[in-house]
Amino acid sequence: MLEIKNLNVTVEEKQILKNLNLNIGKGEVHAIMGPNGSGKSTIAHTLAGKPNYNVDSGEVNLNGEDLLSKDPYERSLNGLFLAFQYPIELPGVTNASYLKQIVNAHRKSRKETPIDAGEFLKILKEKSKLLDIPMDMHSRFVNAGFSGGEKKKNEVLQMDLLNPSLIIMDETDSGLDVDALKTTADAINKLRNDERSFIIITHYLRLLDYIEPDYVHVFQNGSVIETGDKTLASRIDQKGYS
Amino acid sequence: MNKVSKDNFTQEKYKYGFVTEIESEKIPKGLNEDVIKLISKKKNEPEWMLEWRLSAFKRLENMSVPKWAKAEIDEIDFQDLYYYSSPKDFKEKPKSLDEVDPKLLETYEKLGIPLKEQKVLAGVAVDAVFDSVSVATTFKEKLNEIGVIFCPISEAIQKHPELVKKYIGSVIPVTDHFYATLNSAVFSDGSFVYIPKGVKCPMELSTYFRINASETGQFERTLIIADEGSYVSYLEGCTAPMRDENQLHAANVELVALDDAEIKYSTVQNWYPGDENGKGGIYNFVTKRGLCKGKNSKISWTQIETGSAITWKYPSCILRGDNSTGEFYSVAITNNYQQADTGTKMIHLGKNTKSRIISKGISAGKSSNTYRGLVSFHKKAKNAKNFTQCDSLLVGSECKANTIPLTENSSNSSSIEHEATTSKISDEQLFYCMQRGLDAEEAQSLIVNGFCKEVLQKLPMEFAVEAQKLVSISLEGSVG
Repeated sequence: MLEIKNLNVTVEEKQILKNLNLNIGKGEVHAIMGPNGSGKSTIAHTLAGKPNYNVDSGEVNLNGEDLLSKDPYERSLNGLFLAFQYPIELPGVTNASYLKQIVNAHRKSRKETPIDAGEFLKILKEKSKLLDIPMDMHSRFVNAGFSGGEKKKNEVLQMDLLNPSLIIMDETDSGLDVDALKTTADAINKLRNDERSFIIITHYLRLLDYIEPDYVHVFQNGSVIETGDKTLASRIDQKGYS
Repeated sequence: MNKVSKDNFTQEKYKYGFVTEIESEKIPKGLNEDVIKLISKKKNEPEWMLEWRLSAFKRLENMSVPKWAKAEIDEIDFQDLYYYSSPKDFKEKPKSLDEVDPKLLETYEKLGIPLKEQKVLAGVAVDAVFDSVSVATTFKEKLNEIGVIFCPISEAIQKHPELVKKYIGSVIPVTDHFYATLNSAVFSDGSFVYIPKGVKCPMELSTYFRINASETGQFERTLIIADEGSYVSYLEGCTAPMRDENQLHAANVELVALDDAEIKYSTVQNWYPGDENGKGGIYNFVTKRGLCKGKNSKISWTQIETGSAITWKYPSCILRGDNSTGEFYSVAITNNYQQADTGTKMIHLGKNTKSRIISKGISAGKSSNTYRGLVSFHKKAKNAKNFTQCDSLLVGSECKANTIPLTENSSNSSSIEHEATTSKISDEQLFYCMQRGLDAEEAQSLIVNGFCKEVLQKLPMEFAVEAQKLVSISLEGSVG
């Protein structure tokens, strides 16, 4: 479903991704591990279309369509979801109205009518419960003054609401204590199915104890240097990246 | 990225820019005693009103245009303007809507202000001012039953001279400054409101100002009096056709709140702002002042300023009555080459007076947006309190935002709290929203509406949604 071919990316005149190749099939979970500064997050940002991440050469296809020519919002509407490592604050915008607006943007692209307020509230309650999110969080401003854990849970909640086909998680485990990590991982596991693929970018093994990957890629200096199964992750955890 | 089609936006951007093809009757260009006499005659005014106008004109001859605003203003030739324009054959205001020229009704319909009462927004009475005359007032009879007077000021001068005489110029002295004095000499029409003792006005009162004719200045005058223990909520809206030349709008608005009375005055100002190169647009030089005359009285100004080439206004409160309260809630948006210099004055004279200022300035394009405010505590203003918050939001890197808050304190038991922030819509915020499926315009609109939410919430509910849309439209084309 996702094919990355010979991808070269420059950020602020520095080449970060070097001839990256990666294929991700339907329903697969891929973990990308690597030391700080190896370019892991650059993959996430490039796929989501962040400005100033310049693709010098290479190709990316998502569900058979060229991804790189699309605007960031089109990529979202086409099923790509990036859970941010540092979710952004939107002062003055209440979480509930923000969530409703993004849900409606996706409905509109499917030519559906905007969601009924009562129905939305019902869905929001259901999905928040799954993540242990209290409803009063939704009357606060998006991510403003949220704890690290609340921010990450809010990302997973959006993931659940938007029903994406490709989910990229950029260090979603950072900032979570053990209980929150478990709740979050449980919610993510519920989102796993045969149609939906995951890229989990992480520095540590601990998230992978809860969410079992099909493949683990070790990333260094802008490209994949080794690919294996879960045992590779354990090996790295014990021996480090070198 | 951010493939925003700018062409579409400029097309859609100012949808009120049409001209009504209606013959107008103007009196000759120029500013002199004859012109003033002619305006007064057209309005069938009593002698005292004409004298009042002429005395203002005398003072004007020794006054000059104020220069202190942070705005670049082309010299205005006051002799090269029309001071009065009305639809032709408009001798007397029609008694009922059936007599109003269908073209005028159609104009207001197009502006989203239906005047046919059965179609009118429930709970809103409208006075429609077209160039220099009021063309229709809705719900008049219904308001009459409870003693509320809501009519064009030209009519009030004839029918309620005792009230007009007593209060006109009592809040904004005739000699206040050049534009206020000019308005006193040549004002054409505007609204008059009187709420009797103890009456809570059951519906929103609203005036819709439309400048249609070219090379014409609009000088409206509004006077609102809330008698003891009464309450009124009033809203004004304004639009004008797209024209290449600049047009002058210099209004005076006076509010008087007696003991225990409250006036809530909201403005949605959407005069034509000029095109994206800064050509044309309205010069909006307005004097708005409220007097909290009685004890426990309250005046609250809420303004959404999105239009005009140059906006220059400082809706203010004079807090004379003990325990009186003044409020100012403002959103000022400038885009392209627009210039706004706006803010408020809170003059604390009485004991335990309170004021609150929340100003949100948003600048985009190459525009300039200044908050200018004065909070003044006089000696007798014991235990007076003020809270001021001024936030500026910059969109892009070519615009300017300034905050000039002044304070004068002669009372040693008073307190002033001031907070100010300047922020920029960050690329990170835009990218975050876009990653969730919002396009660039939607993302920006979400963030900007969040920024001014506190103020938008103060608007009467019927207009809050409209204002939100207006905020988004005003910034269209400024992304990417």
